[in-house]
Amino acid sequence: MNMNISNAYDEMRESGGNVRDIYQTFAHWLQCTNIGKLNQKSREAELLFRRVGITFNVYGEDAGAERLIPFDIVPRILSAAEWQVLSAGAIQRVRALNAFLNDIYHGQEIIKAGILPADFLGNGMYRPEMQGIDVPGGIYAHIAGIDIVRTGESQFYVLEDNLRTPSGVSYMMEDRKMMMRLFPELFRRYSVAPVEHFPQVLLNNLRATAQPGVSKPTVVLLTPGAYNSAYFEHAFLAHQMGIELVEGQDLFVKGNAVFMRTTEGPQQVDVIYRRIDDDFLDPLAFREDSMLGVPGLVSVYRNGGVTLANAIGTGVADDKSTYTYVPEMVHFYLGEEPILSNVPTYKASIAADRKYILAHLAELVVKEVHGSGGYGMLVGPSAGKAQIEEFRARIIADPGNYIAQPTLALSTCPTLVEQGIAPRHVDLRPFVLSGKTVTLIPGALCRVAMREGSLVVNSSQGGGTKDTWILNDAQ
Amino acid sequence: MLSRTADHLYWMARYIERAENMARVLDVTNYMSLMPNAFHNEAGQWRPAVLIADTTTAFEEYYGEYSAANVIRFLALDERNPSSIVSALKRARENARAIRAAISTEMWENINAMWIEFHSIASENSVLDKPEEFCDWVKSRSHLFRGVTYGTMLRDDAFNFVRLGTFMERADNTARLLDVKYHLLLPSAAEVGGAMDYYEWSAILRSVSALGSYQKIFSDAIESWRVAELLVLRHDMPRSLHACLDEVTPILEQLCSTRGWECLRLAGELHASLHYGRMENIFQQGLHEFLQEFIERNYALGSEIQHTFLNVPDSTV
Repeated sequence: MNMNISNAYDEMRESGGNVRDIYQTFAHWLQCTNIGKLNQKSREAELLFRRVGITFNVYGEDAGAERLIPFDIVPRILSAAEWQVLSAGAIQRVRALNAFLNDIYHGQEIIKAGILPADFLGNGMYRPEMQGIDVPGGIYAHIAGIDIVRTGESQFYVLEDNLRTPSGVSYMMEDRKMMMRLFPELFRRYSVAPVEHFPQVLLNNLRATAQPGVSKPTVVLLTPGAYNSAYFEHAFLAHQMGIELVEGQDLFVKGNAVFMRTTEGPQQVDVIYRRIDDDFLDPLAFREDSMLGVPGLVSVYRNGGVTLANAIGTGVADDKSTYTYVPEMVHFYLGEEPILSNVPTYKASIAADRKYILAHLAELVVKEVHGSGGYGMLVGPSAGKAQIEEFRARIIADPGNYIAQPTLALSTCPTLVEQGIAPRHVDLRPFVLSGKTVTLIPGALCRVAMREGSLVVNSSQGGGTKDTWILNDAQ
Repeated sequence: MLSRTADHLYWMARYIERAENMARVLDVTNYMSLMPNAFHNEAGQWRPAVLIADTTTAFEEYYGEYSAANVIRFLALDERNPSSIVSALKRARENARAIRAAISTEMWENINAMWIEFHSIASENSVLDKPEEFCDWVKSRSHLFRGVTYGTMLRDDAFNFVRLGTFMERADNTARLLDVKYHLLLPSAAEVGGAMDYYEWSAILRSVSALGSYQKIFSDAIESWRVAELLVLRHDMPRSLHACLDEVTPILEQLCSTRGWECLRLAGELHASLHYGRMENIFQQGLHEFLQEFIERNYALGSEIQHTFLNVPDSTV
């Protein structure tokens, strides 16, 4: 059984069927536009995306196989007031998470205060290499993606924090470009906050986090290469920021500095916006079989010879077992009330929780603590008996590796599918940028589960994207 | 600029140029096969095309017989052949993809659209059925890409590496084309001055888009030695060896401001032999020997460029 769509909060319509205020203009436009034209625009978008090469690679498929992420032409619209709450909440959360990272790699006051358990450092994502290391500005997560879902008029929940190498921001920008190209008339009727300046803000932040004393920092983007699933985004951002897109083989360490090989000889690099996981950054420090990294990089980093964004070891803060403590962190570090709530979470490592989880598997969503991308996940209400039993065995065998949450009725948004316009479940990922200040570009990646009733929005599982419109005040 | 980026730019341009030249060879071979009373048999007509690409060993292993269909398949569509049009286009696009941040958006979209279009037009049936249409398509995509490169790319070192790739490849290809054709045609030129002779030599000119230029410059019968002069020494013929080196030398002068003297020396030497060369002397030496030596020296220059700028060994940093 899938989620019953009719019970979910719909972004466009009230339960009685009336169109919500912010969607009025759009709904009217939709009514006057025939479905043939919408389908034609949708095909046009697909052709354009393919021509521009906005594609991603799926792990496990043929090397080099490129696929498109489905793009939906119905935008997700949020009012200025709604955005006000979301952005304040996301910024608050990232401030707390950066403070937490600084603390956990220094004095560990939060453990001393008894808020986190004493055995917390046993978390596999904690990097002892980072203990006592000062990073410029105390910023660990320069770029954070906060996944938010909605279940009601003003019920927003943070589903997870992404503090390692969050991706998707290129879709926020390309989806907007596409919408403006396909439907310019809609942008005349709506005052939609622009998002194109994202790369400039990011670049300024990256420059600002160079080590003190560097006057004109050289910033590069480190990618695993053209066969990585997010390669398009890496190239896109490097292009937009006008910085070099480098691979591990382009960099080398000499003395206490990192250099790139250029046609004019070696050139020193000051800030590395890296889109490679910690494990692969440096074969001398982490996985020695990594061909993607730069030997010696971590040692230079620890000695302050280069800045990495995001910092090493941020995984300890976005891990699903850490997630449950984030509201506490907001209290502890900021002395504020959390603006955004967490989804109630049961930890299989706690006996009482485990008992509850095993008794309610058919209703819960079970996730691996370190998993991502929608892999290794059980959606109880839509799973078969065999799958549920498989998870039961896995949870009993390794309880520390699983958490569970109630299956939320994610809000739905009208979406163009084969049968016409129909509601599909959506989530939202705004990107929080930390530099001298913590800011948010008024926009987000909106992911949509294209299959009826499905709650899994991940692109690796067939999810699509929508343009997200943050309206200016005077609508 | 990153050495790896320069490497991709250089090879992107080389592969596009290679695809275009392969299409030119295929086109003219096909055209000649349509001539009545052709004095070669089918194998005699089609084998030179494989010879120019220096891929006879692989061809004979995979196909054996030099039939029209086999040669077209091998040179246009066979991915096992690294010099085939499909291989060259694929690699050009892969190189572009690896550095899409370093080229203009239009360039990337153009080369990506080319690759998408390739799949919709290049079925075996359609290429075998109408090779001339396919070759025209390849040529025009190459022209388009060069146009978008000239029209949109910042005039920095990246642009220089693209042009360097184009002219290094073109010099090599023109030398090979002339060498093979000259070699093959002369011994069989029993009917010197005859109709077939005219068609063979005009076909070579046509393959490098130089028939009109020939007539404009010489306005005389098509003579083999004039054809050779046009493709070797004429600096105003855009595909001649001299014209290619006219482009390569100043590019290297710009790139070699601080290092790479050996590149500059090799290019200068090669350029001088064309700039100050005389056709009589070249014929005395033997055109074949001259072209073989040119191909080797051009290759040596390519290797030097590779070591100096593109894959710098660790020991030198």
